[in-house]
Amino acid sequence: MRRSLSSQRLIAVFMTAALLFNYPILSLFDSSELPLGMPTVFLYLFVVWAVLIVVVALIVERAPK
Amino acid sequence: MIPAWLVVAASFAYLLVLFAVAHHADRRADLGRSVISNPWTYTLSMAVFCTAWTYFGSVGRAASGGMWFLPIYLGPTLAMMLAWMVTLKMIRISKTYRITTIADFIASRYGKSHLLGGLVTVIVAVGIIPYIALQLKAISIGFAVLTGGGGEHVEPARAVNWLQDSTLYVALTLALFTVLFGARHLDASERHEGMVAAIAFESVVKLLAFLAVGIFVTYGIYDGFGDIFARAQADPDLKHLLSFATVDSSGYGGWFALTLLAMLSFIFLPRQFQVNVVENVNEQHLKRAIWLFPAYLLLINIFVLPIALGGLLHFGRGTVDPDTFVLSLPLSHGQEALALLVFIGGLSAATGMVIVETIAVSTMICNDLVMPVVLRSKRFSGEMRSDLTGLLLSIRRGAILIVVLLGYLYFRLAGEAYALVSIGLISFAAVAQFAPAMLGGMYWRGGTRSGALAGLLVGFVLWVYTLMLPSFAKSGWLDPGFLEHGAFGLAFLKPEQLFGLTGLDNISHALFWSLTANVGFYVGISLLRVPTGQEASQATLFVDVFKRDKGAAATLWRGSAHVDDLMQLVSRFLGTARVRLLFGRYARERGVRSIDDMPGDAGLVQFAETQLAGAIGSASARVMVASVVQEEPLGLDEVMNILDEASQVRAYSRELEEKSRALEAATSDLREANEQLKELDRLKDDIMSSVTHELRTPLTSIRALSEMMLDDPDISIDDRQRFLGIIVSETNRLTRLVNQVLDLAKIEAGHAEWHNTDVDMSELVQHAVDSTVQLFRDRQARIELSVPTEAPHLLADHDRLHQVLLNLLSNAAKFVPKQGGMVKVTLSCEGDEVRVDVADNGPGIAPEFMPYVFEKFRQGGDQKDRPQGTGLGLPISRQIVEHFGGRMWVESSPGQGAQFSFALPANART
Repeated sequence: MRRSLSSQRLIAVFMTAALLFNYPILSLFDSSELPLGMPTVFLYLFVVWAVLIVVVALIVERAPK
Repeated sequence: MIPAWLVVAASFAYLLVLFAVAHHADRRADLGRSVISNPWTYTLSMAVFCTAWTYFGSVGRAASGGMWFLPIYLGPTLAMMLAWMVTLKMIRISKTYRITTIADFIASRYGKSHLLGGLVTVIVAVGIIPYIALQLKAISIGFAVLTGGGGEHVEPARAVNWLQDSTLYVALTLALFTVLFGARHLDASERHEGMVAAIAFESVVKLLAFLAVGIFVTYGIYDGFGDIFARAQADPDLKHLLSFATVDSSGYGGWFALTLLAMLSFIFLPRQFQVNVVENVNEQHLKRAIWLFPAYLLLINIFVLPIALGGLLHFGRGTVDPDTFVLSLPLSHGQEALALLVFIGGLSAATGMVIVETIAVSTMICNDLVMPVVLRSKRFSGEMRSDLTGLLLSIRRGAILIVVLLGYLYFRLAGEAYALVSIGLISFAAVAQFAPAMLGGMYWRGGTRSGALAGLLVGFVLWVYTLMLPSFAKSGWLDPGFLEHGAFGLAFLKPEQLFGLTGLDNISHALFWSLTANVGFYVGISLLRVPTGQEASQATLFVDVFKRDKGAAATLWRGSAHVDDLMQLVSRFLGTARVRLLFGRYARERGVRSIDDMPGDAGLVQFAETQLAGAIGSASARVMVASVVQEEPLGLDEVMNILDEASQVRAYSRELEEKSRALEAATSDLREANEQLKELDRLKDDIMSSVTHELRTPLTSIRALSEMMLDDPDISIDDRQRFLGIIVSETNRLTRLVNQVLDLAKIEAGHAEWHNTDVDMSELVQHAVDSTVQLFRDRQARIELSVPTEAPHLLADHDRLHQVLLNLLSNAAKFVPKQGGMVKVTLSCEGDEVRVDVADNGPGIAPEFMPYVFEKFRQGGDQKDRPQGTGLGLPISRQIVEHFGGRMWVESSPGQGAQFSFALPANART
């Protein structure tokens, strides 16, 4: 898996995550409203985090041994 | 309020459980049934990242900064996404060269330097030991909150006599645990199954405890997430915690810096190196941990903000320390059992960190600070034969005890000081200094020892100046004027606005200056000169660890050694019995019968040095091995030559492999061809025997008749006439047979001559029917011809096609019944094909005979009424048709006649 597709996918996910977790994307979700009863930035960070974990899990678990 | 004795009893009962878990795991490991050899335990052991600082402190951070507790966990999540590249490489390098600490890693990479190892150890000791103190402080505060009733402001139990302080006993118990499960015996691989099992167990406890209090606060005290957030939104004091940028002055830059800091520290903290790299059992376990560990972090963080807001809503600001909300909230609601569970969770977070960090730091202190001094001392060199395993173990154990006690001492002395409270991020910033030397060392061949030394030194000094000294000043241990006016009153030296840089929080500020200078000096100094031979060889071994096999290191050594010397040397540190075992195993691997037969070559020296490196560090191992072998140092050019040679050899071997593969393919082709030839040979024999058989029949009758006429002159003239007639017809048959055999042989061999012309198919068919009319008339058969008006033309050999048609027609003539015989000849055009059918109303072909119709010398009908013919007509016809790219087949059912057909492509090739 080292040089394979999975590694490249992981790097791509890393870059996406670094983008999503930082300015300026993060500032788009800085509001004082409470969608679904949660603070926007709280909801945003945890949902993105969970989705990224699922994506990473799919990548590594489906990779050939 | 919970009675003190109960808290103490519960704490020590919990620690006893830890001992039991570790003991069980160690016993299982001895039996070869490891309990930690699975990705789940590996992931849980990684969770030692979540210390008491985060267990209690996250809520505190959230209470003052809202979402700002999160970068500490987003960083590791990001780091794990790169783990399959970075951490895997660290694991492979460490496993291959028996590297057991981060200090050893850096020392080994830059030419096995004692100086570098020592510097890294000093940085770790300065940055990490206060962090251990913070863990002990967390235990102490937790104890005070539980026993003090969870009320207002709680002072940690500092006033009590040291000997009555339960934290001291917890610390001592932890030291005992670490000695027992971290330094019981010397192991060249430095893996500790029992310790890892205990840490994994602790990670489960702290997660469950934190989730329990989170659920209690969110759903027990309040009415779920929505309720807490709605109340906070309504509270003007708390409203700002729900949004992002308004709560922290450091802004998005600070957020980024924190994330980066957490990411680097997750990779380079000594305790993370210990569990992520050294204690890794199987590289494949890392794969699942890549997503499982972030999932753990997510779980343990979901309730942080609700707890913080819940605590603030309940207690208001300024009455209860938010760091203790996880304890004080359940206490104030009468949930004492839950509070005790949460305390145990915090205890597990603290003890897990202390245990692993202590093992890592004490190994560094032993291998990179004490051993170099010991090995240089006169007393040591005087007793070359003595066994040092005892000494080594004592140093390890002593170091463990000292580290834990230093942590306790710092906690007692610093107490509430800012320097201790803020040490979490400050120590993260300290280990971040390893990043350039580590990452550069793994991916860049050009880094040198001087570069790494300079980078680390400058980074460390800047860290001390911009983070540690200010924290001392804020604690009142230094003149606060130092903060306000800078060192020596020079304004541009203000430690938190170095060179006038403002607008960053202190962590981002320190991180920027220290990492920038660190990277700058590392790269700059490295580029001043070419690496030495040893630096270059180590660089190659590290950078190319996936490309080179284990033996690569051995090629980079030149000299000679004696097995006895090496064994004696290694035995001094690892014990005689174990070393005999190790060397025996190595001898078997090399295919040598006994240890004494082993040649004292580079491979053996490398093996001995690696074993030794696991026990005393690579730099010391290098010095020790060098003392018992004769070696010549390699210059850079020689190293480069060897590496070139090695890559050439690899290229050659790849070429050889390819050639041998090609040869194998050729061999199998040849074998197939041989099989085909054999088959053909057999066929040829068959044909020979068939042909001779066919030739003999007419020959026999010719001979018999001729002999009769020769022997008996009285035969009547009529008989003679009849006999001669038979002889002539048999001779004709012979001639035909021989011609056809020759013809077939020619076609099959591809020597036949083809005269292609424009052939009018309808004219051809008409002509063929005309020339066989007599034949059908003799058999009293009718012949019907159907030709389309549009006559297709082909480019083909007219005579050959004529021959095919004649064959089919005469064949049909042979089989039609004596009365009412009927043959239909149809010429048609179907798409690109020109098709000719010749159908008779004869007896047809038996199904079992169908496959053989086109074989040579096979004739239809039974032996008795076997028609006249050679048995070669159909095979020849088929060969001809196939030569023009067409096909020939037969359809028949018994009693219904047979229809022979052939089709030729309209644009027939030559």
